[in-house]
Amino acid sequence: MIEGLWNWIDNRLAISRGGRHMLNKIFPDHWSFMIGEIALYSLVVLLATGVFLTLYFVPSEHQVIYSGPVLSLRGLHVSEAFESTVNMSFVVRGGLLMRQMHHWSANIFVGSIVVHMLRVFFTGGFRRPREVNWMVGTTLMILAIFNGFLGYSLPDDLVSGTGIRIAFSILESVPLVGSYLATFLFGGAFPGNGVIIPRFFILHVLILPLVILGLLGAHLGMLVRHKHTQFPGPGRREDNVVGTPMFPGFIAKTTGFLFLVTGITALLGAFVQINPIWLYGAYVPFHVSYAVQPDWYMGWLDGALRVMPSWELHLPGHMIPNVFFPAVLLPGVTFNLLYAWPILEAKITGDTAEHHLLDRPRDRPIRTAIGSAVLAFYFVLFGASATDVLAHYLSISLNTVLLDFRILCLVIPALVFPIAYKICKELQADPTGGKRKVHNTVIRREHGGYESIPNSEYVGYKVEEFAPVEVDHVVVVDDDEEAKEPAGVFQIPRRNS
Amino acid sequence: MSDHSSNGTPVPTDAPQFEVAARNPLRAEKMTAALFLLSVASFAGFGAAYWQNGSNFWLGGTLGFGMSFFGAGFVAWGKYLMPRGPFEEPRAMMETTPEEQKALIDDFASRGKVAVKRRGFIVGVMALAGGIFSIVALFPLLRSLGPLPKNAFYTTPWRKDAYLTQSDGRRVAVSDVPIGSFVTVFPQNDVGGALSQTILIHVQDGAIITKPGRETWGPDGYVAYSKVCTHSGCPVGLYEQLTGLLLCPCHQSMFLVAKGAEPIFGPAPRPLPQLPLYVDDSGYLRAQTGYDEPIGPGFWERGGTL
Repeated sequence: MIEGLWNWIDNRLAISRGGRHMLNKIFPDHWSFMIGEIALYSLVVLLATGVFLTLYFVPSEHQVIYSGPVLSLRGLHVSEAFESTVNMSFVVRGGLLMRQMHHWSANIFVGSIVVHMLRVFFTGGFRRPREVNWMVGTTLMILAIFNGFLGYSLPDDLVSGTGIRIAFSILESVPLVGSYLATFLFGGAFPGNGVIIPRFFILHVLILPLVILGLLGAHLGMLVRHKHTQFPGPGRREDNVVGTPMFPGFIAKTTGFLFLVTGITALLGAFVQINPIWLYGAYVPFHVSYAVQPDWYMGWLDGALRVMPSWELHLPGHMIPNVFFPAVLLPGVTFNLLYAWPILEAKITGDTAEHHLLDRPRDRPIRTAIGSAVLAFYFVLFGASATDVLAHYLSISLNTVLLDFRILCLVIPALVFPIAYKICKELQADPTGGKRKVHNTVIRREHGGYESIPNSEYVGYKVEEFAPVEVDHVVVVDDDEEAKEPAGVFQIPRRNS
Repeated sequence: MSDHSSNGTPVPTDAPQFEVAARNPLRAEKMTAALFLLSVASFAGFGAAYWQNGSNFWLGGTLGFGMSFFGAGFVAWGKYLMPRGPFEEPRAMMETTPEEQKALIDDFASRGKVAVKRRGFIVGVMALAGGIFSIVALFPLLRSLGPLPKNAFYTTPWRKDAYLTQSDGRRVAVSDVPIGSFVTVFPQNDVGGALSQTILIHVQDGAIITKPGRETWGPDGYVAYSKVCTHSGCPVGLYEQLTGLLLCPCHQSMFLVAKGAEPIFGPAPRPLPQLPLYVDDSGYLRAQTGYDEPIGPGFWERGGTL
């Protein structure tokens, strides 16, 4: 029956012609290759839970009087978007779980993309021929951040409404076209004429997901075309890939990983509360609450807005507002540098050759130091998004905290660069540090001393021939012909330190 | 599975890398089965929790553990019970030869020549049609989304003689605001308005330094400032009575009420615009006029005045 079906399909699609290549595709065994898979699978969770949410969410700013189960909200004017989000959390069976899983997986999605990107950056995985894939990946990261912002803006609660207000001001701050962009998108001056939630909704659930899925297809298509990179090691060359084939080993592991990501997201959704909008209340333009922070991936932007000194650029008859510098210029420069990095690095180093073996970060100390410094800069900005919370918990003046962060965001990167560089250089000097542990063969010499030789990494796999060791004298332990091995040849699992 | 090594010699399927990865396959098998069994129990629990309308803890806990055990089972299967490998496959370089490139370009050029031979006019008109459509399409795609800004950023609903009205619709009389307190007010025709929100503070008369030209704007210590932060537009919602500071909770800009709401800390670049007030014969607070400058964050056309 199955054979017949398979025959029927294959005779129409010729899967067997070429299908074997897919079964044979080799996936290198290294934990860091898993990070991109987390991103992929959290996207699956996002899509599945997101579809559930669309069944109950009402994307409308129309004001209604809340009459649902949350007593503290009863009788208040709320938008239908807010009301439906509260209702799906309390009335729809499993709705709260789906909402919290969706929010958690969005945070995991952006997080794993960023970590995946760092892995690719620090190991030089972006080098030729993968520059275009790096740029596609950068676009995916930006879209993921953007769609995350749109998503948490939809419930129209007090915190996200404040975020939309700031987004309006950022749009408005763009020179030349800012006022037009802002009024076009919002349908007038803030808060617009009731179109922003529906517009954010359609961007969030249809347009951006389509673009993300399309680019993801291109990302993975190029990955298949190029085949995976791999770390250098025994038997690994520029012209091969060593690892586990797609079927059966990798498919089992990766399917398991999909469910592990789903499971952990579900556990977070079950036990760790996220975005309890009924505690924030509905958005009221003249209300605001203390300790307003966006989701983590917008934290750097919030921090940048806070540490920016109170400068504006005044031109005759025109101005460039303060928020333009931290919220438009800074991300613009950063993202464009990210896009351009593969080209810039190749220009500077003059290395335009194809690379399929990855760098160890220590072997490219300047790249590692630059990446670390930029990362540190963004970490400080992220920390700066909590100036008010820090001042409160540490009982120090808000002014002191903010001034400290203004200094730190310049000083920390300047310190991180030389430290990272120095660590790389130190690690380079220790050729065995951090290497994969292998068995050593220990041979006893005739005069009583011992000598240890690293074995090949994989048992039974012919890799590099190591130089034959000259054994001056073989001690024959007994007269048996078969026992003519060097005395005391034994394998000890040993740390190669 | 790769049954050929990179140089084309077959790897026999009895080669060591085809051996099961686990040292003790029986134990690995038991472990995998146990993980799947745990997921069976958890998934069944999820069904029961859903049926019984269980709490979020039960729903998410059973689903989460079920998915995690299910996934761990697959991982154990893949890690311990599959060929231990490693295998390799060859990889071709992406670099193409000049001949390959030339062949494609030649094909393209020669066929293209046939296609557009002496058809320059057609190509031109086609390009014109495409270009016109691209420009025309901008109207529905962009221009029709919303109105032109016009004076949207320059004016607010505050007008001459407007009553200072609270969010519940009550007009504010001088007796409603004791010294040291503050209240958010709107013009009576725009209660709750995002742009007209204004903060009315009653300070000790004479405790404020009045800017030149604003001598009559704060009668008896009643001063009103736009509540929209000049940084990024959040409501400047916190008033610290002791220091006389207005604080924006979004990015911690601080405005000194006693000095015309000038920013003294944080990223806000400009003072909060002041609304000129007067007290009418019935004791109600009213606006002399609207704001004399654009409220809220900056924008390109705002001009260079401070």
